[in-house]
Amino acid sequence: MDNLIVSTSPHIHRKESVSYIMWAVVIALIPSGIAGVWIFGIGALWVMLAGVFSALLFEALICRLRGKKVSILDASAILTGLLLSYNLPANVPLWLPVVGSFVAIAVAKQAFGGLGRNIFNPALVGRAFLLAAWPTYMTTFIKPYDSITAATPLALLKEGKALNLGQMNLSYFDFLTGGRGGCIGEVCIVALLIGALYLWVRKIISLHAPFAFITIVALLSWIFSGEALFKGDFIFAVLSGGLILGAFFMATDYVTTPLTAKGQFIFGLGCGLLTFVIRKWGGYPEGVSYSILIMNAFVPLIDRFVRPKRYSP
Amino acid sequence: MIKENKELTENIAIKAMPLPEKAYIPLIQHIGRPCDILKVKINDTVKTGQLLACAEASVSSPVHASISGKITAIGEYAHPILGKSTAITIERDINLTEEQFPLLDKSRINSFSPDELRLLIKNAGIVGMGGATFPTHIKLSPPKPVDSLIINGAECEPYLTSDNRLMIEESEGILKGIEIIAKILNVKNIYIAIEDNKAEAISVFKNAILNTQYTIRVLKTKYPQGAEKQLIYSVLRRKVPSGKLPLDVGAVVHNVATCFAVFEAVYKNKPLYERLVTVTGDILKNPGNLKVRIGTPVKDLISFCGPLKKEAKKIIMGGPMMGIAQFSDDFPVIKGTSGILVLSEDEVKEAQEGICLRCGECVKNCPMGLTPALISMAVASEKWDLAKEYGALDCVECGLCSYSCPVNRKIVQAVKYAKTKIKR
Repeated sequence: MDNLIVSTSPHIHRKESVSYIMWAVVIALIPSGIAGVWIFGIGALWVMLAGVFSALLFEALICRLRGKKVSILDASAILTGLLLSYNLPANVPLWLPVVGSFVAIAVAKQAFGGLGRNIFNPALVGRAFLLAAWPTYMTTFIKPYDSITAATPLALLKEGKALNLGQMNLSYFDFLTGGRGGCIGEVCIVALLIGALYLWVRKIISLHAPFAFITIVALLSWIFSGEALFKGDFIFAVLSGGLILGAFFMATDYVTTPLTAKGQFIFGLGCGLLTFVIRKWGGYPEGVSYSILIMNAFVPLIDRFVRPKRYSP
Repeated sequence: MIKENKELTENIAIKAMPLPEKAYIPLIQHIGRPCDILKVKINDTVKTGQLLACAEASVSSPVHASISGKITAIGEYAHPILGKSTAITIERDINLTEEQFPLLDKSRINSFSPDELRLLIKNAGIVGMGGATFPTHIKLSPPKPVDSLIINGAECEPYLTSDNRLMIEESEGILKGIEIIAKILNVKNIYIAIEDNKAEAISVFKNAILNTQYTIRVLKTKYPQGAEKQLIYSVLRRKVPSGKLPLDVGAVVHNVATCFAVFEAVYKNKPLYERLVTVTGDILKNPGNLKVRIGTPVKDLISFCGPLKKEAKKIIMGGPMMGIAQFSDDFPVIKGTSGILVLSEDEVKEAQEGICLRCGECVKNCPMGLTPALISMAVASEKWDLAKEYGALDCVECGLCSYSCPVNRKIVQAVKYAKTKIKR
């Protein structure tokens, strides 16, 4: 008997691969996408398709240029394009998601060395770039089930045009079903939670970061965002903006968040604190994207110093 | 979580493998000094169980003839762990009658003091038979008193079932062996730990211990449950500190097969010249649990359990998680050979190694609570101090990190490499 393979143990391997994980996240995002199209019309679909296909194209192109194996089938580019378009208003011109995908894939991902080496969440870098370059497009939202423009609840609050849900003519139920102004993929909370539950059940994500993120935003908003201390509308704070989308789908990104459960919890706390600070005192009405990007930069530091409990069988 | 594949052999009763034509007995089959005092020379006729070689050093273990016949060579031969080592070749002489080692006096244990028992065990060449092969007499001489003895019947490696069969078929012998070890160590708390995937062994032992002081601990089936530190934690909730030994927390662990060998040494005067080996794999027509003489060439075992349904692409001594892949099928069974696993091409396809996604699977699965991904990255940039800081030296090398990595990173391999580089 010869030609035997000799290698060190272990000699067997789990079947799950990268594409298994990425496709699961894509599947988990589908309900929210459907809700987005339902709420904002077919325009939302074109934005999503433009985002996804341009992301795939840039991924393939740049992999070819770098002389790497083209790995578009691992679905990570699809995921980036999808997440980017979920963070856009439904009525943006279609070149906007294309430019966003280019920044996300070429600058935030491939320039750093490709999947696994990027420090910042590519979709969020794309969004941050678009927000800086074309703020008007990025902050003009349309009213649900209508084509007239409307501000988001957080913007109304920031500009002092409405101080509470009653003045906005909205109920918590509208937030759960997505009947409010906002980005395509962030408005329908129920759809997002279905996706998050699916990922959690399949053990693709852990809830340490989302839990810390949402809890701290709720807590700080309850204490400081009301007319008096401990009078803030924390349910509104949790359901509005991109918090649910960001907490479950971007603060859980493997590559750009800490490795350990403890680290993920700290990451979530940081995100929550920054989100609250930006919403309360910042120039923008919403701060989820920036807070995640800022915390991305702290990940190496968190991983360096936060250790799991040793020897815990 | 891991596919266990124990169903291939777990219900197959122990069979004695026919005696080999030739046996190759390596002079080192244990952790410690090799046997450097030869008691035989070429052309000598030896009988089964006869002492072949031993050593002056105390951390060593003598080796014995496993068949009766003539010494035809003493020289370099394949070794499943070391690659090559000095071995004594015995060619079987069918005209010689096989030595028998019948059960002697039923109360033999009472005629020996602990020291005499220890010597008997040392002279019988007994080592840890779960695969670690640390000389048993050393483990039975702890420098400080211990209060708990754990008998390891976890057998957590996938595919392997020899301990399981031994527990089902030889419970009485194992219990007598435990009694001897308990007497030597003078311990009162005795636990027999079995994973809950071995229902038959558990029920056999539950009946067998009725009139004893022993406790059975049924453990969750969770690799690496049978690793010493994990087992001590599962049974006693005590943690062996980094760099310390089980006896530092008052515990000693012995494998069930070691207990059985101790029983045979004391009650039958029988040295360790045979052991149970699970010979298994999907491509073997007749896998099984064989009683095999030490030194039997593994190709004999494979052909006895064959024919092969497909070409073998990997032969592993031990289990798939921690076993050692072999260069050929021409190597002998040694005292630590708990299994031989034969895998085909589709089972061993080497996947390409990717860039770490930082998914945290290795962190979640590490039984020692380390961050394997970070250790492997520190190794990649040759930062040995950082690898040490991340706990490389505490790694038990169970292999779960590499097993669970979605991009096939060779994590445990990197940690093992780090261990050789870190200055202790």
